Amino acid sequence: MLDVNAISAGYGETQVLYGLSVTAQKGRVMAILGRNGAGKSTTLKTIMGLLPTQSGDIRFDGKPINGAKPYDIARAGIAYVPETRDIFPSLTVRENLDLAAKRFASGLQGWTVARVLELFPRLGERMDNGGAELSGGEQQMLAIARALLMNPRLLILDEPTEGLAPIIVKLIHDKLQELRNEGLSMVIVEQNFGFATSLADDVVIVSKGQIVWAGSAAEIRADEQAQHRWLGV
Amino acid sequence: MTPDLSFWTMQTLNALQLSMLLFLLSVGLTVIFGLMHFVNLAHGALYALGAYFAATLASHAGFWVALLLAPLGVAVVGMALYGGLIQRMRKSGPMAQVLVTFGLIFVLLDLTRIFWGDLALAITPPAILAGRVDILGVGYPAYRLFIIALGLGIFAALALILSRTQIGAMIRAGVDNDDMAACMGINVERLFFIVFCVGCGLAGLAGAVAAPLLSVTPGMGLEILIPTLIVIVIGGLGSLKGAIAGSLIYGFVQTFGAVLLPGVASILIYALLAAVLLLKPVGLFPAKG
Repeated sequence: MLDVNAISAGYGETQVLYGLSVTAQKGRVMAILGRNGAGKSTTLKTIMGLLPTQSGDIRFDGKPINGAKPYDIARAGIAYVPETRDIFPSLTVRENLDLAAKRFASGLQGWTVARVLELFPRLGERMDNGGAELSGGEQQMLAIARALLMNPRLLILDEPTEGLAPIIVKLIHDKLQELRNEGLSMVIVEQNFGFATSLADDVVIVSKGQIVWAGSAAEIRADEQAQHRWLGV
Repeated sequence: MTPDLSFWTMQTLNALQLSMLLFLLSVGLTVIFGLMHFVNLAHGALYALGAYFAATLASHAGFWVALLLAPLGVAVVGMALYGGLIQRMRKSGPMAQVLVTFGLIFVLLDLTRIFWGDLALAITPPAILAGRVDILGVGYPAYRLFIIALGLGIFAALALILSRTQIGAMIRAGVDNDDMAACMGINVERLFFIVFCVGCGLAGLAGAVAAPLLSVTPGMGLEILIPTLIVIVIGGLGSLKGAIAGSLIYGFVQTFGAVLLPGVASILIYALLAAVLLLKPVGLFPAKG
């Protein structure tokens, strides 16, 4: 459903991606692994239209989306959970959720505020708290809940476990597992090898702005040589 | 003369009136800056334009029509500025923005000279606001009270829109993080455009209500620019709360400074500005925490 074809991109004059190609399939979870600075987050930002492509193209359900504005890409059905979560601090939890819920209410996936609160009951207790008053784990829950309320066809997450306590990592893992079982298509960038490979169907490894390994989650778990070479696991 | 109650009442009302005028000007500028990171130095020139529009309209159609149409006229000028200049300058960095909008001040200044001449124009307030109202034994000009009420009304309306409506939440989200707002499907560019036009309209409104109070001259936009910038720097960039707080501080320090400490009044507000910059460089109520 998402075809990234030979894209080059980066920040200003610093090129990070060198002809990177990757395909995410409908109804499957793909993990993008790699060391720090390999170009994982840059890939997601380029998909979202936050960074321009210098060459190559990106298609979502066959339609080209490179060059489109982030809001067009969001409306096309891709929801983004950034590495920094980016909860709006001036908005309450309720307002953060409503911002998505009220504007994507016609979505076919049937996500409502009530349903995301069922998924993350903790958020229900903090509805009137400001976005700046949440713990890291709560911010991550809110970022995922907010993205789901956009009723996306593809959810992309950038390091959802970064900086979280093990018990919260487990909770996020279980919730993403539930979403996977419901058939939500996802792309997850992760440093946490165990977390990523237990959720993902497909795995790609990025190094120096290119895909250097592609296969199934079972294959990468078995391939210690690739793990050692590309991930330093 | 020893200050008595009527002195305090009078000066408090004067301070409030100045504050409300500055609020109408600074709120547009500060929200535009918070949302777009764009410094529009021509904001003061739009205030002057509002006063000129009001002066012309008032002589043909009366004060109330002028008060309604002058801000709309300035908002239309704002739309043209946005389409012609501002949009192209969005990504060109603060130095270029400051230079271009500073240049724009002089373009608009000379345009008002060409159209309206160098002589000061005057508007008389409408009959219903021409008299004085007795407040705590002070006969205070009704028109000045009207400005105070108008400023408070606009503040209340903006506070309500920003805190209670969906578009208000979108604007706050855009000020917090425009990239993330865009990733949530918000057309931030269109939001910028709307906020810019409303900000210009409020500058025009400030000019229109100030016109009967001051004489309308080409240079009035330049004179008000510095106080407006001081207000938003003291208050904190990008926030409504900052704009009202900064305006009140400026209005009271300026008014009471002039009557109580005339010797140092002219530097008092700058001393305060320096103190704020030293102790809380982001201003008292910045939009970003």
